[in-house]
Amino acid sequence: MTTLDIRGLRLRLPHTARPVLDGVDLAVGPRETVALVGESGSGKTLTSRTVLRLLPEGAVAEGTVEVAGQDVLTMTAKELRDLRTRTAAMVFQDPRAAINPLRRIGDFLTESVVLNKVLTSAAAEARAVELLEAVGLTSAALRRYPSQVSGGMLQRVMIAGSLMGDPKLLLADEPTTALDVTTQAEVVSLLGDMRERFGTALLFVTHDLGLAAAISDRVSVMYAGRIVESGPAAELFAHPRHPYTKALLDSTPDPDAPPGRLTAIEGQPPDLREELSGCPFAPRCVLATAVCTEQAPQAAPAPGNPAHTAACHHSDRLGTRLEGETVDA
Amino acid sequence: MPDRTSATAAPAASPEALLEVTGLCRSFGDVRAVDDVSFVLPPGGSLGIVGESGSGKTTTARIIVGLERADSGTVRVRGQAHNGTGRGRAARLARARRVQMVFQDPYLSLDPRAPVRAVLAETLKLHFPGTDHDARIHELLDQVGLGARAADARPRELSGGQRQRVAIARALAVRPEVLVLDEAVAALDVSVQAQILNLLADIREETAVGYLFITHDLGVVRCVTDDVIVMRSGRIVEAGRTGEVLGRPAHPYTRLLSASVPRPGWDPRAIGAARRALAEEDAAAS
Repeated sequence: MTTLDIRGLRLRLPHTARPVLDGVDLAVGPRETVALVGESGSGKTLTSRTVLRLLPEGAVAEGTVEVAGQDVLTMTAKELRDLRTRTAAMVFQDPRAAINPLRRIGDFLTESVVLNKVLTSAAAEARAVELLEAVGLTSAALRRYPSQVSGGMLQRVMIAGSLMGDPKLLLADEPTTALDVTTQAEVVSLLGDMRERFGTALLFVTHDLGLAAAISDRVSVMYAGRIVESGPAAELFAHPRHPYTKALLDSTPDPDAPPGRLTAIEGQPPDLREELSGCPFAPRCVLATAVCTEQAPQAAPAPGNPAHTAACHHSDRLGTRLEGETVDA
Repeated sequence: MPDRTSATAAPAASPEALLEVTGLCRSFGDVRAVDDVSFVLPPGGSLGIVGESGSGKTTTARIIVGLERADSGTVRVRGQAHNGTGRGRAARLARARRVQMVFQDPYLSLDPRAPVRAVLAETLKLHFPGTDHDARIHELLDQVGLGARAADARPRELSGGQRQRVAIARALAVRPEVLVLDEAVAALDVSVQAQILNLLADIREETAVGYLFITHDLGVVRCVTDDVIVMRSGRIVEAGRTGEVLGRPAHPYTRLLSASVPRPGWDPRAIGAARRALAEEDAAAS
């Protein structure tokens, strides 16, 4: 069974002209790492939060979001509490904002599983010590306050905390963005270890294409609330089939490339107050033609590679016309 | 091995240096945040300072713009002392006309109540009182790629990239010789970041302003700097031409930084091991 299976997820917020999430399909299997990539406002964080039904006020969701076979969107309060303690857990971007600074780290780790009677407090403490050791800390951290440890250490605490209920699915929302690059490597390798050891599926939300390429089995790229491209990580980055993916790759400064001008993407993502017709990327796209503004492209598989899909009318023209073309800011 | 220390070995008051920093030190309590930092920025040059949090790169930048005082060491702009003496208004204004700064977060560095025109007019009035600034405001907006329509917008009506353009326009308003950019593109999405990096390259070409580019991002450094210094725990561990330092890093810390940039085939476990080895070496040395 697929650990996470999102189908046709459409999310509307008050005071917006179009859905913030518009027909999102996304699946993560056991032990699989899927990266959800996009820029701010693309809907990637909202998608991951919907998995725990952490929705903004007034949000209306359609479609199905199944975690281990159960639809999150129709769960009762009790089922939802169970989901959040035992089945799926979130590692947030900023551990200092997500962990209560007035409570000891031990309390943070054990509170949820004890309150929800998953474990007795003695068993919870034993589990906390085991997980702290797994993330490279010691039981001494239990007695510490968040302010007494570094940001990198606190992010490990958060990862340990997310594993307390032995979840099948881990959602990580930019878990390394607030960290230094060398610390980022440690946290990522830790997430990989945890996945191997505990068999969790991982949905990794990030804006960093290099990081997504380095750690994930599959990648989905979001733009304006839609998944515009999905596929095996190596394949997707080597042969992008959506002009937005290609443009993102081209605009990322590469330490290994010779210096010089970057290929920027002209314009800005569409505003939520405006309705969209056709392809949301069309106004910024160098390949756009009349059909792009008239008709929304549907996800279509790449020739000979059904796992690689892109929602673009001109996928087959990519890599021919885009080469050598420069779009200036 | 190429001479990686040339950028740090600052000769006394070299006449052709735009910005010359010599023996800068600053401690906070027991922490030596900046420890004997020296470098030279040539006219129209672009120098990157890379390092992680706590490396002292931001404190160095803040000393150079005058937001922080050094315990010892000198900062010279075109051979003239830039720090230390003259805390009066006139001296501060004179210093601000030579060195300007662009901050990381354009959401915090702009007054939310002030329209863009007022932001630029305030700076111009302060430095060039009694003249008409409309033409100059127009010119500045044009220079950073903002239309005249943006002049009447308040920051909340602008995107992050547009706000950072305003911050750059404000810094350029006094025609500074040195622009200090402290993580100036770090808060932007990559597509917008690329627009701003290209804009900065254009401005340098047009105005011959010198850049001091503080960043943690090696890709950004590669893209916009000629020379780079790598800082760790307040000290410069490596310095040289950007291509050389990133292409063939000599210091183990630079190698670690370079290996830490995620790319296909990336090995986070090896990086973790290298990081711990370096920390142990430090512990053994102290």
